Amino acid sequence: MVNLQKRYDNGFEAVPGLDLEIHDGEFLVLVGPSGCGKSTVLRMVAGLEDITGGDLYIDDALVNAMGPQQRDIAMVFQSYALYPNMTVADNIAFAMKLRKTDKAEIAAKVAEVAELLELTPVLDRKPGQLSGGQRQRVAMGRAIVRNPKLFLMDEPLSNLDAKLRVQTRAEISKLQRRLGVTTMYVTHDQIEAMTMGDRVAVLRRGVLMQCASPSELYETPDNLFVAQFIGSPSMNVVKGSVSAVGEDSITLMVGSQPLVLTGESASRLSGLRDSVGQAIAIGIRSEALGGDGSASIEVDVDLVEMLGSEVLVHCTIDAPSVRAIDSGVEISDSSTSTVVASLDPRSLVKAGSHLSLTVDTLRLHAFDLETGAAIGRP
Amino acid sequence: MRLQLANPTEHASVVSWPLEKSLAEWTIPGLQRVAGLHRHVVRLLEVGATSYVIKELPDPLALREWRLLRELAEAGLPTAEVVGVVTGRDDEADGLLITRHLDYSLPYRSLLSGRGLRIPYLGERLLDAMAGLLVRLHLAGFYWGDCSLSNTLYRRDAGALSAYIIDVETSERHPELSRGQRALDLQIATENVLGGLLDLQMGGHLADGIDPVDTALAIESSYERLWQELTGVDEFNADETFRVDQRLRRLHDLGFDASELELVTAVDGARLRLVPRVVEHGYHAQKLRSLTGIEAGENQARRLLNDISRYRAVLEQRGGRKVVEPVAAARWLDERFGRALAGIPAAMSAKLEPAELYHQVLEHRWFLSERAGGDVGIDEAVKSYVADVLALAPTEQIVPPDEL
Repeated sequence: MVNLQKRYDNGFEAVPGLDLEIHDGEFLVLVGPSGCGKSTVLRMVAGLEDITGGDLYIDDALVNAMGPQQRDIAMVFQSYALYPNMTVADNIAFAMKLRKTDKAEIAAKVAEVAELLELTPVLDRKPGQLSGGQRQRVAMGRAIVRNPKLFLMDEPLSNLDAKLRVQTRAEISKLQRRLGVTTMYVTHDQIEAMTMGDRVAVLRRGVLMQCASPSELYETPDNLFVAQFIGSPSMNVVKGSVSAVGEDSITLMVGSQPLVLTGESASRLSGLRDSVGQAIAIGIRSEALGGDGSASIEVDVDLVEMLGSEVLVHCTIDAPSVRAIDSGVEISDSSTSTVVASLDPRSLVKAGSHLSLTVDTLRLHAFDLETGAAIGRP
Repeated sequence: MRLQLANPTEHASVVSWPLEKSLAEWTIPGLQRVAGLHRHVVRLLEVGATSYVIKELPDPLALREWRLLRELAEAGLPTAEVVGVVTGRDDEADGLLITRHLDYSLPYRSLLSGRGLRIPYLGERLLDAMAGLLVRLHLAGFYWGDCSLSNTLYRRDAGALSAYIIDVETSERHPELSRGQRALDLQIATENVLGGLLDLQMGGHLADGIDPVDTALAIESSYERLWQELTGVDEFNADETFRVDQRLRRLHDLGFDASELELVTAVDGARLRLVPRVVEHGYHAQKLRSLTGIEAGENQARRLLNDISRYRAVLEQRGGRKVVEPVAAARWLDERFGRALAGIPAAMSAKLEPAELYHQVLEHRWFLSERAGGDVGIDEAVKSYVADVLALAPTEQIVPPDEL
């Protein structure tokens, strides 16, 4: 996608200009909140929405003016219906008859797809004799048999219940890796995005905020929006400042509390050395609080949530919260805010207590309070 | 639990149903299983003279389908009447969507198996009906997403078929559809129709003379022809304004009407361009309804209007003076249509819709007259039709599930 644009007749600019390359065999997830333009992008790739600017290439061929059929793509899960009187082989192959494909070629293609989907032993069975998973794979087989260059999936799991969603999520990931077909997958669910994608492209109001591997997005977000959109619980972000720098240290103030970065922690955010006296947003993930750490902050515990594998501790800290909003960055009016720490389930923390929370300063993030861009990295 | 009813006065009985229970566990009288391809649990429930179709599906889908079906109805598109939706049931159970069964509709399995009253050129009629439905949906900005034989019901329409959309789970409404959306919808329809026909064929239930591949492929050309006729731009010389009338007549022949036409001067000033802006279906049905009050399909209406015209000519010849159309229609209703239907025994009158019955009587009369080499009277035609055709035909008001 080269400066790909979508502007509607009423002037609404759904996608102002997107540059994105999906590599061969890659599973790329487009994620973002409702209205971020992710479905619009997918639909432009599918040929369902007219492209109003920029260029779209599939395998180096410009496809802007091509219809969906000419693009050699498959929209997966458009229909789950299997035909009860037809065998698995017929259910997979029947659409090839429309293209007048030679019988021998159909048989070879079906055998190949069945092998990939582990359906060879059931090729002669009718759908009524299959398990739920096998049926789903037959439906998938119908899309695969066409040999598409690209699979497109638009929120395919949104209507499934939670358990089935997790199951199907794993099935799709496994299958995509086995098939190696380039796949573009749209979801609003960041957990789905993080667990499935080789790379995840985060969109906001039609603008690409970051496209990177799940771990890179999580550990080194380019901006406040990505930092807070990716991860659950969301990253804790509060207003602070750079108060002093020493030869091997940087001192940040979080509310009235100093946080001293030394060694590698100071090197990671060495770009802050030029920002002494400047207000910044300081971010830290919940699991970087209360574990190993060279520094600590004082908090009051408001609520303790036992989740089994972890305890989420909601605490009050004396610094205003900061969050990404549509128009930029919002700093709360309140002088205190809530931070969430994810602690070991054996922790004996109680609501109402005062706590000294260790901070893993190697996992601190700094953001510009005006633009929300990540700052401080060398 | 939350129940929303579209027309509570007419469908008050819904509140007494076991709406909290899973649909598969319902045991109330009049409940029947619906065979065929369903992604969800579906049941048919007969309550007095009204039949309902109840479908269990997740709340967001049920609400979406409820909204879309209402929008389809508001746009005057052929669909089932949506009655109610149930959401927020206990234990996160799926919701329920309730629609009124479309009386005299035929599911494709029943229609294509070749049982009951035969329809000539069934394959062609079927694809014309599907293509016509897709065009109408697309003109109104509806993307179907899963057009298939099993998501459609059919009604006889004077030798043709009318198609009704009954499953809109995957549909979307847009102000206007792009070329790509229409193309994909058509591609899905073609594949699904082929799948449905092949499935019937492999199950040994497809009527002779229908080739699944040819029939499915012909949907695309039928669609394109109709779309072009309805939306294509005409360009002609400034002194050829009769072409406007020609175009309108062609639209009327297809059962459509242009509620707005845009005539613009082409760049060179010497030629005109004609753009039909809004195209509505049901030209003949609407005319018949306003003249006689009879509800009919588009082809049935065309047939009946032709019969009214012929009867008007007879009246004018007999009286030796002009008879205005509304007067001719009123007399036709009483002396022809009413008289023919009065000749049908009460026990058989519900087998087909009145307009379809009358159309078939006319067909039968033509057949008898041809055979006799001269005109056969309407009373004699009715008598023969009842004995030789209708007595042997199944009731089609509600096709029982064992027929599916």
